[in-house]
Order: sequence, then structure tokens, then C-alpha cells
Amino acid sequence: MRFGVVVFPGTWSDCDFHYVISEVIRQPVKYIWHRDRNLADLDCVVLPGGFSYGDYLRAGAVAGKSPVVEALRDFVANGGYVLGSCNGFQILCEAGMLPGVLMRNECLQYRCQSTNLLVENVETPFTRGLRAGQVLTMPISHGEGKYYADVPTLAALKARQGIVFRYATADGQVVKAANPNGSVENIAGVVNETGTVLGLMPHPERAAETAMGGTDGLLLFQSLLGTLVEDGTFLKR
Amino acid sequence: MKLRVLIRLKPGILDVQGSAVQRALAGLGFGDLRELRVGKLIEIDVEAASAAAGRQRVDEMCRKLLANTILEDYTIEAIEAERLAPR
Repeated sequence: MRFGVVVFPGTWSDCDFHYVISEVIRQPVKYIWHRDRNLADLDCVVLPGGFSYGDYLRAGAVAGKSPVVEALRDFVANGGYVLGSCNGFQILCEAGMLPGVLMRNECLQYRCQSTNLLVENVETPFTRGLRAGQVLTMPISHGEGKYYADVPTLAALKARQGIVFRYATADGQVVKAANPNGSVENIAGVVNETGTVLGLMPHPERAAETAMGGTDGLLLFQSLLGTLVEDGTFLKR
Repeated sequence: MKLRVLIRLKPGILDVQGSAVQRALAGLGFGDLRELRVGKLIEIDVEAASAAAGRQRVDEMCRKLLANTILEDYTIEAIEAERLAPR
């Protein structure tokens, strides 16, 4: 599976994603500059975390209108996969490719910590190797990760099983104490209607080797590869 | 043509930044402060054939980039000054 990792001025997780894709899951990967529009030879585009264009105006706002993100619309229409983590999630929301928006954390603190994520939707290419109700551990690192959507948008999101991850306790309880940023209904990650565009605030690339303290982030990549490579290398539920 | 855009969080959206500033002011003795909300101000000089055309252009800018209408309302007003940033 051919991956592209998008680099905006101010992106910081690009090298981490590149490393995990090339050295851990051992797939072909290249960097994509934010002005590039050619995504023709790729299967999955990653929008990494950071502060694209300094996050001026609003987090992800300027990047959401950049040439590479405009090109992503056709890429997705043609069946391509998009994974947006942290700033990448903010960009996908600002671009209107995912519903809702990410606001300043309710606690007003920049939160850099480990979180437990309850898996709600296992029918996406990114989560199909998981069990519903499984709890993954991944770090977050953000100041603007409070997910917000108005009541009708939220109802539509729930009706189509668009919520993929919620912040939870280690045993999977979705409670306020497990919510690091004030996200509505503890939402940590959502997918688009076709399930091919996933946005999440946590960092899967920072939970991809035992040396990093955990490998749960790899499960997203392994699920994704399973959709194209039916070689049984990942555990089917 | 010079226009000023005021961007505010919609009523009902919790303004955590505004609350923090309000608490800080209360600590400075401004306990009589009832409510405080933080917004953004953007000033724009745009070439336009008419006032209506200029406003329409800036309105388009707001919808496309300057405001996120999920969260924010915006208003556009005229600037009478000759320069945006008088020296």
C-alpha cells in the first residue's frame, strides 16, 4: 500500500509517521508538499499533527484550503484513504471533509498525556481489525481538541455510526473524568460517510513500537493494510 | 474600499478564553464585570466598483475562510479612516 505524508509549513509529526510507515509497517511512503496536487500514485494520504501555517486564524483553517487538501477531495472520491491525526483532524474539519470543528480545550491547558479510547465503529478500513468495545491506549498532544458539532450534526453523525473513538477509562467507561479536553460526548475520532476518511485527535504514530510505551496505534495501520492485503497478518475479530 | 470584519463565537458557545480573561479581571478588582467574550477583528482593504460589491466580496471571504460558521457569527462594517494602520 502506497502512503503519502503531507508536510505543511509547521507540521511536526511528519517524520514520525514516515518512520512508522517505512520502518515499522514496512510500506512504501513519500512526503507530499502542501502545494502538490498530484496524489495519483497513492492509496492512503496521512495528514499529520503540528501547527500548519502556524495555525493562524483557527487551527487547521488555512491548511483546510491549501492545494493538497483541495486535491484530496478527488482522491477520496476515487476511493483513496485519508488519515488525519491531531492537526490533520482539525484540517479535515476545517475543509468540510469531516463534520464538526475542534475548539480550544475546555480546561485551557495544552494536554500532552496518554488517553484510553473506546472503539465504537469497527466497520471502517482503519478499525476493521478491532473489536467493538475494545480499549486502545494512545497519547494526545494538543491545545485545541475539543470536538464540537451542533445538535442536528451530532444526531446525523450518531445515526450513521460516524463516531469511531471516544475518550474512556481503562475499562471502557465513557465518563467526564476520562475526557481530557471537553469534547462533546467524549468524541476523539470520527469518519466520513464512506468510512474512508478518519480524523482523530490522538497520535497513532506515537504508539507504534514497544519502545514508545505502546503499540496500539499500529492496529489502525494493520487494519488498513488488511483491506488491501488479505494475507492474514492481522488478527481478525 | 476599507471594511472591518468582527468575528464572534455564536451565542450559547462556551467561550473558555473569555471566561479566563473575566476571572483575571475579577482578580484585579473588576468584580462588577457581568460577562466578557473574546472575538476577532480583521480589517481589509479591497478593490471594488461599489460599496455593495466590496461588502459582497468580503462576505465571500468570511464564508470561505475568515469565519467558521459552525462556531462563529460575523459582521462587516465600513471603515472611514484613510489607512488601515494610521502611522
